Amino acid sequence: MKTKNNFSLQYIFINYALYIIMALMILAIGMMSPKFFSLRVLRDILMQSSTRIIVAMGCMYILVSGSADLSGGRTVGLAAVIAGSLAQKSDYYIKFWPNLPEMPLIVPIFAAILIGLIIGLSNGFVTAKLKVPSFLATLSVMMVAYGANQLYCNKAPNNSQPLGGFLKTFSELGTGSFLNIPYIVYIAIFVCIFQFILLTKTCLGREIFACGSNQEAARVSGINVFKIQMVTFALAGACYGLAGCLEAARTGSATSNYGNGYEMDAIASCIVGGCSMTGGVGNVFGVFIGVLIFNIINYGLTFIGLSSYWQWVVKGLIIIVAVSLDMRKYNKEN
Amino acid sequence: MKDPEYILEMKNISKSFPGVKALDQVDFFVRPGKVHALMGENGAGKSTLMKCVFGMYHPDEGKIIIDGQTISIINPRDALDHGIAMIHQELQSIRTRSAMENIWVGRIPYNQIFGVRWVDDKKLYNDTKALFNDLEISIDPYAKAGTLSSSQCQMLEIARAVSYNAKIIIMDEPTSSLTETETELLFRIIHKLTAKGVAIIYISHKIDEILKISQEVSIMRDGKIIGTWPSDELNTDLIVKRMVGREMNNRFPAKSHQPKESICLEIRHFTSANRHSFQDISFSVRHGEIFGIGGLVGAQRTELVESIFGLRKISNGELLINGNPVLIHSPEDAIQSNMALLTEERRASGIIPRFSVMENVVLTKQTANKAYYKKGLFLDNNKRSADAAHYVQAFSIKTPSIKTEIRYLSGGNQQKTVLARWMLINPEILILDEPTRGIDVGTKFEIYSLMEKMAGEGKTIIMISSEMPELLGMSDRIAVMCEGHLSGILDGPTATDEKVMYLASSYKHEEEVLNK
Ligand SMILES: Nc1ncnc2c1ncn2[C@@H]1O[C@H](COP(=O)(O)OP(=O)(O)OP(=O)(O)O)[C@@H](O)[C@H]1O
Ligand SMILES: [Mg+2]
Repeated sequence: MKTKNNFSLQYIFINYALYIIMALMILAIGMMSPKFFSLRVLRDILMQSSTRIIVAMGCMYILVSGSADLSGGRTVGLAAVIAGSLAQKSDYYIKFWPNLPEMPLIVPIFAAILIGLIIGLSNGFVTAKLKVPSFLATLSVMMVAYGANQLYCNKAPNNSQPLGGFLKTFSELGTGSFLNIPYIVYIAIFVCIFQFILLTKTCLGREIFACGSNQEAARVSGINVFKIQMVTFALAGACYGLAGCLEAARTGSATSNYGNGYEMDAIASCIVGGCSMTGGVGNVFGVFIGVLIFNIINYGLTFIGLSSYWQWVVKGLIIIVAVSLDMRKYNKEN
Repeated sequence: MKDPEYILEMKNISKSFPGVKALDQVDFFVRPGKVHALMGENGAGKSTLMKCVFGMYHPDEGKIIIDGQTISIINPRDALDHGIAMIHQELQSIRTRSAMENIWVGRIPYNQIFGVRWVDDKKLYNDTKALFNDLEISIDPYAKAGTLSSSQCQMLEIARAVSYNAKIIIMDEPTSSLTETETELLFRIIHKLTAKGVAIIYISHKIDEILKISQEVSIMRDGKIIGTWPSDELNTDLIVKRMVGREMNNRFPAKSHQPKESICLEIRHFTSANRHSFQDISFSVRHGEIFGIGGLVGAQRTELVESIFGLRKISNGELLINGNPVLIHSPEDAIQSNMALLTEERRASGIIPRFSVMENVVLTKQTANKAYYKKGLFLDNNKRSADAAHYVQAFSIKTPSIKTEIRYLSGGNQQKTVLARWMLINPEILILDEPTRGIDVGTKFEIYSLMEKMAGEGKTIIMISSEMPELLGMSDRIAVMCEGHLSGILDGPTATDEKVMYLASSYKHEEEVLNK
């Protein structure tokens, strides 16, 4: 027979596994290299995480609504290239659109979000209307988006070279800061708060959860499941588009390979952060922490001088540990 | 041109699915303020007819008239807007969300600010609380549906249907997972509704219930309505006769088996690893005995048999088969020890929805005895089909073919298919958890006869049942559980309703006395 104390310790471990893992990791890295505990490191990690957070938030809409989305990464790439191509200085030697004047900042941002929306709506249409399973639907849309991206980049005079020569305002968006906190961190946090409110405080949010948990029950309760799926894919697409634009702005460049693999990281962060692959479960804060964990690994392991190959090993292990602990939590409930 | 006599008229409705004509020119009329019962064998087309009213299926021909107006119902939303609500036979709740969200899903109360619909959590809670109080349901509005028992989920469904303030409420087997007290509660709710002029369409296989609650009964057979009669002109025998199309004098087969002296299965001090579940249970079951387990919901009967079968962990206790201690850690072990368990939740742990009827029948045999269906490297499809076809015929499972996916079968026919799966491995110990839930009278008799036959062959049968007549009619002995404890074992022939009910609530009484 287990003692009560034992039980509650186990309980704490299972329920707060995510935070415990993160704390242990930070502690371990910090012990090896105490300089890790500095504001600059925190700022760097947050800055690197911010676009990833936005992508993960987009992915979370989809997972909560009970679908899967593989198009995230390539949508980021396409949005980055499109935003970049609209944000170049007029005197740049291979300007993508030589005849276009320099445009206000809002244009590339808007264009990136728009392309994200279009891809999201296509995902939604193929999934909800054509009834292609979301895994396949988004896989195919992802391929189309990547192909389109390469075709776009290959246009003369660019001929598949990386885009560069961005306007000052555009680079400033990605690298500038206010009160020593980068703009993009504010944007990421704003996206999180927006999503938190949407999912927990509005009727739409409740309907997304209901659809994700039991689509048939939602349908016979009079919820328009088609609409909900379209809306979630559109929201996700908008997130990816925004993330792509910020990614170009942050790095000062854009190629058709941008965003490669982001969708897998996003899915992993969501699952580690407590979303369920079967839908209907997830919270914004958990996903936020999930992304941070992965970026702390990335940053921290380089910081202590481990080769980047190790990051993959550690990431993989973290997913296994975090998710298996999570499964135990659900087993307990049953 | 209003016709005040009927609130719902269905005229000449037909509906075909690949391979079956589920509805064949059905006429069906419902009066306001009355309970109209719909009966028929498994697969007769009752649920299909109701799904046509609720907009889940679209009839191939015919018209639906509500309040004298011909309308076409496109989807459930449309049906709800027309004042039709439905309790679904096979629906599961939204497990990851709270009870209150389950009730109001699709129309959560909100405040509109800046064009955004903000959830009004307070109203959500208060409305739920008020509804529950009104209906005398005691469920915590915040409880996640996944943590509720199946009967609580069913009460949730009932509350939801009522909350629409509909003028027609369709109830498709609402009591199949309810206890007797909850059924009485449902009947009180129905009386309140009909007094307000609401029409209830009530589908059930329980004839006593139908005679008690309904004013009119329509009987279906093979997609057609055989007729409609006022309830007071009917009795059990008449209903059965019209349903199955022949006389059926007995509800239970004559008792022919005789339990042997030797003990087949024994458990000692069985205690669940879950502290809230069963504690210290000991009993033994003989060869050729039908051993009933009775009790109320929450008595942990399902947990007990699932632990015997290795699905759940125990923290203490011993299991002996034919006098030898055996360790069972998983269903695989249990099957190797010749046990079979028909689970309570058909949808969750019984059927594999997208597998064909054939695959569903041969599943366990194929896994337990790998060589049996092998022909060289491959599976012998002829042999598998033959086995499946045999049971489809023996249990009169209504299906277009054995290749049809099981999810298209009617609820009762799915249940029969899962039972066939276990019969195929020819178990020594057969554990049945609510075996006749949702099964029509004719088939019930067949299942009882099968149990009788197996017991006659010296096999051991353990049966959990919440249906009192079944428990009393079939069991040689009845163990009654209460809140995870064994409160007594009754002898079958001398057991009565009252004795079982007394034991089913007695452990609690003792505890209350102790606490005072
Ligand atoms: N979606 C579907 N696709 C194919 N066949 C179906 C479908 N729905 C129902 N059927 C068939 O229609 C017939 C009638 O089924 P229905 O569910 O209406 O029976 P029922 O009278 O409700 O039976 P039960 O008492 O077992 O619930 C069955 O033969 C079933 O196999
Ligand atoms: Mg039915």
